[in-house]
Amino acid sequence: MEILRKILQDKFARTAFIVLAVLYLIILFADFISPYSSAYSNRNLSYAPPSKIYTINEKGKLSFPYTYNYIREYDENLMQTVYKQDRTKKHFVKLFVKGEKHKILGIIPTSRHLFGVNYGGELHLLGTDINGRDVFSRLLFGGRISMTVGFLALLIVFPIGLLYGGISGYLGGIIDTLMMRFAEAVMAIPSFYLLIILAAILPSGMTSVQRFALIVVILALIGWAGFARVVRGMVLSIKQEDFIQAERVMGASKLRIILKHILPQTTSYVIIAMTLSVPSYILAESGLSFLGLGIQQPDASWGNMLKEAQEFTNILYRPWLLTPGGLIFIAVLSFNLLGDTIRDILDPKSQKRI
Amino acid sequence: MESIRYISKRILQVIPLLIIVSMISFFIIRLSPIDPLAELRLNPSISEETLQKEIQRLNLDKPIIVQYLSWGKSFLKGDLGYTSAGEKVSVKLKERIPNTLLLTVIVIFLTWSVGIPLGIFAAIKKETAFDRLLTILSSIGMAIPSFFFAILLLIFAVKTGWFPVGGLTSYNYNEMSFWGKIVDLAKHLVLPVTVLFAISLSGLQRQMRANMLEVLDSDYIKFARAKGLSEFKVIFKHALRNAINPMITLLGFEFAGLLSGAALTEYVFQYPGLGRLILEAVMKSDINLVMASLMMGTIMLVLGNLIADILLMLTDPRTKGKSDKSGGAV
Repeated sequence: MEILRKILQDKFARTAFIVLAVLYLIILFADFISPYSSAYSNRNLSYAPPSKIYTINEKGKLSFPYTYNYIREYDENLMQTVYKQDRTKKHFVKLFVKGEKHKILGIIPTSRHLFGVNYGGELHLLGTDINGRDVFSRLLFGGRISMTVGFLALLIVFPIGLLYGGISGYLGGIIDTLMMRFAEAVMAIPSFYLLIILAAILPSGMTSVQRFALIVVILALIGWAGFARVVRGMVLSIKQEDFIQAERVMGASKLRIILKHILPQTTSYVIIAMTLSVPSYILAESGLSFLGLGIQQPDASWGNMLKEAQEFTNILYRPWLLTPGGLIFIAVLSFNLLGDTIRDILDPKSQKRI
Repeated sequence: MESIRYISKRILQVIPLLIIVSMISFFIIRLSPIDPLAELRLNPSISEETLQKEIQRLNLDKPIIVQYLSWGKSFLKGDLGYTSAGEKVSVKLKERIPNTLLLTVIVIFLTWSVGIPLGIFAAIKKETAFDRLLTILSSIGMAIPSFFFAILLLIFAVKTGWFPVGGLTSYNYNEMSFWGKIVDLAKHLVLPVTVLFAISLSGLQRQMRANMLEVLDSDYIKFARAKGLSEFKVIFKHALRNAINPMITLLGFEFAGLLSGAALTEYVFQYPGLGRLILEAVMKSDINLVMASLMMGTIMLVLGNLIADILLMLTDPRTKGKSDKSGGAV
């Protein structure tokens, strides 16, 4: 917990840590916090702008926050649909309002949501998308995928990279040469090219869970080689040390030496590498989903929500569709800041704050 | 002599690397459940004769090893087959590769000529307001997804109307005078270059600053200062030379990063480059095109690394004679 204390001392790292903690809490309780489910869609409200929330009523008095519904109309002069507020009925924004049924953390069944409007009202804090789905709610649900994909990929990358690098470095000789040539070849393929090809050959017609799992595997396939190479370099120097020689003399098996004595020495590097590489997985997933090769509709991820920003009319007239980009930015920035600080703490020799 | 031996050794090392890469990509693509000729079969303008020629060329009726060997043979001969639209793959690549190279070279040139001085100044003026500002800006640059930045610039371009959106040339490009053509190209390049420049500048500037700080902290710099050398001489004559060497290795990596980063940027700006070509090919599952552009991308990347290595050898005498077994801690 020494690390945590030091993180909280650094101004930037503290902010980043709090931001990330809040983000993860929000996505954990996404069902409860979001007013709608990720599948909720109102076909009459496609591309509705964000609901305006008023706290001062028409008489100029302070009031409980309320909003008006939007009605879609066709404007003959502009030749397009426009949204007008239905000023006849106020909908008050309330806490713990009744809405769709859901389960908090997947266990506690309830139909209450943190906030919302009563039945008949529509509250879209960040507007709606083409299918009339609530962008704010989908942002929270999308965060679940975008913010976890990196960690899950690391769960695959680390064992593979550690073992591969460990074996290669410890055994040396022809095996080392062959294993490293292979790793270098994987690294020599432009990673994004490989990524899209692997994603594109996924068979269609998978369930969303299967697809998510395979995207994680693909991201891991891109990342392991570089990591394995660095581990190998470290193993090469660690294996010369006396305590390893002693182990060998005592007759410990090669695998035991690698797993029990050499790899634990690389821990601090592993932690640094972990925090530093999470953002690159977040970016890779968003890029892949942005192209339509990653997480597929109707599931939400920040990348596939941004897919709508590929259309000119959307980015010019419906800026609320760009909000996932802002969240990716905040998440990646926070991870970078945190990673820099952790590196400084664990590895004071390198003062690189890259 | 030493250097020639080193260079030829490095070049020879590239060959097995490319062979392994081609095997990996070939098996990945062939293992996929996609029929490589599906589009060709459905295209009415492709004659039965061409189809048979493709089947024979790819040896689709033979085991995968034979397929790979024959693919390799025709690849070496420069015969890359046909795209699903019936064009020659090699023609398509010849059209796109120069565009991607143009973009990448401009970006690398700009990032180096701006990023290196900025990194040096940030290191000299460590922990001043200037350095803090650069730190913040580069953190932003590294956190923003390239495609999102591209979209934001697109909004800017459309709202102001200052820059053309999409493509590399205007529709009337061929009628323009020589200078008109250059201006037209430059205008189209501004947006994609800005995106890639901003993103790779952040990383380069931070790296240069870190290297410079490390060198400035070393004993020989302290000695140079103690000797009474002017600060200018210490920095530009002693520190800079040592701080810049690791950057040259980075040049190769940067090239790789740009190739990948450019794919999304090219996609958003509809820039006719290799990245967008491979994307389109992947979406249409155009196997020949995917395979060929993947190989081309790899070759470009490997060549980039090779050039960086050779440059490093020329600038850093310590690397000479050291057998490069990709060993040592990184």
